[in-house]
Amino acid sequence: MGDRITLQVARYRPEKESEATFQEYEVPYTKDWVVLDGLNYIKDRVDGTLSYRWSCRMGICGSCGMMVNGEPKLTCATFLADYAPAPVRVEPLTNFPVIRDLIVDIGDFMRKLVSVKPWIIREQEKPLSQGEYRQTPQEMDEYKQFSMCINCMLCYAACPIYGLDPKFVGPAAIALAQRYNLDSRDEASTERLEILSDHEGIWGCTFVGECTKVCPKHVDPAGAIQRYKLSAALEALKSFLIPWGTS
Amino acid sequence: MVVKRQLEPLLWLLFSAGGVFAALLMPSLLLLFGLAFPLGVLAPPSYEHLRAVLSHPFTLLVLFFLCTLSLFHWAHRFRYTLYDGLQIKHLNEVITVLCYGGAIIGSVAAAYLMLRLGMA
Amino acid sequence: MDTPTYTEYHPRWLRRRVSTYWWMQRGSYFAFILREVSSLSVAWFVVYLLMLVRAVTQGQASYLAFLEWSRQPLILSINIVSLGLVVFHAITWFKLAPQAMVVHFGGRRVPGSVIAGSNYGAWIVASVVVIWLLVGA
Repeated sequence: MGDRITLQVARYRPEKESEATFQEYEVPYTKDWVVLDGLNYIKDRVDGTLSYRWSCRMGICGSCGMMVNGEPKLTCATFLADYAPAPVRVEPLTNFPVIRDLIVDIGDFMRKLVSVKPWIIREQEKPLSQGEYRQTPQEMDEYKQFSMCINCMLCYAACPIYGLDPKFVGPAAIALAQRYNLDSRDEASTERLEILSDHEGIWGCTFVGECTKVCPKHVDPAGAIQRYKLSAALEALKSFLIPWGTS
Repeated sequence: MVVKRQLEPLLWLLFSAGGVFAALLMPSLLLLFGLAFPLGVLAPPSYEHLRAVLSHPFTLLVLFFLCTLSLFHWAHRFRYTLYDGLQIKHLNEVITVLCYGGAIIGSVAAAYLMLRLGMA
Repeated sequence: MDTPTYTEYHPRWLRRRVSTYWWMQRGSYFAFILREVSSLSVAWFVVYLLMLVRAVTQGQASYLAFLEWSRQPLILSINIVSLGLVVFHAITWFKLAPQAMVVHFGGRRVPGSVIAGSNYGAWIVASVVVIWLLVGA
């Protein structure tokens, strides 16, 4: 022991400043410490005023997303060892407004998520007495990857389109809509397409691909969106060529 | 607008088709006619041979689709580049008209030139 | 949007602006913009191709004049840059195709490598046909 590493942490205290500043802290360094351990050390022993979100510390709750040296990361899954001995810069997630220190407002994402109706919608619900909706393993594989999303919003921080146009629905919301569209138990693809076929819906995406690169759960939202575009475009083509409808 | 909603996915399909055509054919064609022939690395085709290849109906058809779809590929991609990259959203309608209008004009020109060669 | 009233319990949020040079801040952003800019090269080649077609229609003299014109340093430089961009477009297009297209065959998903491979294969076949048709005659 005795090894130390410097964390340069962004501070923003609206009651006394109008811009963000950086504060340097020295924390102990071991091979198995993650950035979150460093932040917790600061909060417990050095500066209790530092504010940040975290919960499960094992990469499943999605709370601890922050920018580490300019890259969106889960701080509970980012090892200090990968950055030592240089100082590690910790900032709040890009493209979101900062409430305080490292905490961002995620209301925009929450509203967008609800707007795509991420739940199973059926025309006729089966009564409980008739049992469950059954699904083969192949049917589950269709959407399983997109169900892995933990709503950590690293993809929104990485997406330049979301940064340039905050009205864009964004990678996670579209991937989750697709998760339900591809679920054999769901019957609301058309309904979701109505919501998402806006300029700020799936068509706003230009396949930069950064979202897939930063996703800690390998959801591949970029792939979800492109597949969604293809199916939506083929649907539009069908209804263009066969205007009297196929259903 | 309902029309706009139907139009965007179809424009994306044109963009995709154009992307495929451009990716498959342009590298070799541009290598030949843009670099190899002018620089003399490879001997350019004789006039008679080139004319025979070009005026074949199949070639004309492929070239027509290559030109038209590639222009719509450019129009769609460039429109979004201007929209996102330059952040000039307020000129959205102007950009749309200039891009797809340009593609339409180019396609008409392509059709005219192909027909002229085919019929000459 | 009216300015919200900032209180002790709802203080002013910090809204960071996206820099005009956002695309230079990351290698992958720059590559993305380069890929988008390649569409200009695509459009340029359409113009170039149509000029060639017109020259061929007009006769041998026009065709030779076109070849002469294509040797101009300015045109040559434009074409060199365009070739680079068009090849970049092709490579990135085929690399991303498997992500966008999920094909099911016989109840199983066709692996991405097969889709990418067949795209590259088609590219090679098309290029060979083009070269075979035009070179050495």
